Amino acid sequence: MEPVSSLSVNRAKTKRSSYRNELLGILFALPAILGLLIFTLGPMIYSLYMSFTDYSGSNSPTFIGLDNYTRMFSGEDQYFYKSLGVTLYFVVLSVPTGIIYSFLLAILLNRNIKGKAIFRTVFYLPSIVPIIAISFIWLWLLNPDLGLANEMLRAIGLPGSQWIFGEKSVVPSLALMNLWTTGGTMIIFLAGLQDIPRSLYEAIEIDGGSKLHKLRNITIPMMTPTIFFNLIMGIINGFQVFSQAYVMTSGGPNNASLFYVFYLYREAFQFSRMGSASAIAWVLFIIIMLLTYMVFKTSKKWVYYEGDEAR
Amino acid sequence: MRNRAWVEKGLVYLVLVAGGLFSLLPLIWLIRSSLMDMGQIFELPPIWIPDPFRFGNFSEALTILPFGRYFINTTVIVIFTMLGVLVTCSISAYSFARMSWRGRDLVFGLLLSSMMLPYAVTLIPTFIGWSKLGLTNSFIPLIAPAWFGGGAFNIFLLRQFYLSIPRDLDEAAYVDGASHWRIFISIIIPLTRPALVVVGLFTFLASWNDFLGPLVYLNSESKYTLALGLQQFKGMYAAEWHLMMAAATVVLAPAIVVFFIGQRYFIEGITLTGIKA
Repeated sequence: MEPVSSLSVNRAKTKRSSYRNELLGILFALPAILGLLIFTLGPMIYSLYMSFTDYSGSNSPTFIGLDNYTRMFSGEDQYFYKSLGVTLYFVVLSVPTGIIYSFLLAILLNRNIKGKAIFRTVFYLPSIVPIIAISFIWLWLLNPDLGLANEMLRAIGLPGSQWIFGEKSVVPSLALMNLWTTGGTMIIFLAGLQDIPRSLYEAIEIDGGSKLHKLRNITIPMMTPTIFFNLIMGIINGFQVFSQAYVMTSGGPNNASLFYVFYLYREAFQFSRMGSASAIAWVLFIIIMLLTYMVFKTSKKWVYYEGDEAR
Repeated sequence: MRNRAWVEKGLVYLVLVAGGLFSLLPLIWLIRSSLMDMGQIFELPPIWIPDPFRFGNFSEALTILPFGRYFINTTVIVIFTMLGVLVTCSISAYSFARMSWRGRDLVFGLLLSSMMLPYAVTLIPTFIGWSKLGLTNSFIPLIAPAWFGGGAFNIFLLRQFYLSIPRDLDEAAYVDGASHWRIFISIIIPLTRPALVVVGLFTFLASWNDFLGPLVYLNSESKYTLALGLQQFKGMYAAEWHLMMAAATVVLAPAIVVFFIGQRYFIEGITLTGIKA
């Protein structure tokens, strides 16, 4: 018996097999790893490089330093601030209304309601409609002369609106459309509400607390992580609105719906300014990161995490 | 007290019904408009039920542009995208859930954070890459990314499902000498079929509904997808609302059918999305 050597043989064996296992693990994940390199990290680096160049996509890129960026921030390119303002306005309007509306529906649905499944389906249904069809539907509904929306307003004695054809009303109109497709958010809220332990509510019931009391002291605090998640996703998605504006308004009237990504699209694919468009994209990325970071920062103050008190 | 409870209940239903109407009215308006003639569509006060039902609008709208071609194009893109996502995403997710290798958590972390990356950042360089390869105006740029892991979100979703399967099952098989591949094919895949359906459905919708991708990559009409065809239709027949609504209904219908077939899975999938919150 030579225990030592047999042990070392074993060890060598495990080492070899663990090496094999490592390779196998990487092999299984290879599609994802390659995808990350080819479709995310590689393009990011290339895009960052392009943002410092003058590049039409067909000539060879000329290095111009920070010119693309200074052109944006100095206001020389008037559309940068314009599109940023339009997009911020949209985010400020659409994100809170979307969250409040879908939270309200979720709370009501979470009660002992007849036809819960039907309501849930109905609220979710608009979110599966292709964006091009959504745009067609709302173009027709919001038509100032012939649309149903103004017809209904007139029926109850209110003046109609220019909706997406008015400089002032175009962004609120698109935020209203956005409200129509918040079914996914509603379902995430509903799932969160169903996870709140009954026992928490029972404790308040014993104390004779009202429903409002339950909402304020249990439901909302317990839902803050879900609200937080939906807030972040809402901001990220809100900044990337494009198709509605492209199909419905072409950025108009008078650039009042020139969303940021639309501005970027125009630079890249209509004016063939790939360098400048890349700089625009990176600024968007940084804005989104900063905003997300700020929301994260404040989250310590208002987001409740289970297990926090255990610490 | 009893009265108050009734009032409250009434209010709850009132809000829910109002919300339901807000969700449904636009869709009903779309469908009723798609079945009317030009005269009826504009009549005041609005008519809700077409008289007669003009199914001819559909054939008219569909023959104006080669929608058959667009339908085939869209279907080809959607099928190959779904295939790519299901195959490569499930394999990758297995590796992240069940195999250990150096750098795994780093790669997974990068994948997760890539979800926050605006698509606008990668759109331009990726486009330039494809055009250097001479592959723009083909379906490849729209399909190929699906074959490389199928997107961070789907990998995350499937990994969550895999993690919920007790490890004892595959460890027992592993001790018996089964390979990872064997475990993946004969234990994990059969047990997570509902998860694959969820991913498949989401992918179907995302691909079917995609507008920006085809807009950027496809420029000859014979390559157009339904969404692009519809956009072109709008440019030509903007005033003929009944035909526009008929065309929109045709694009919408498959999405609705798929939704109703897989409804249960949709709800489950979105619910899982929220759990990571």
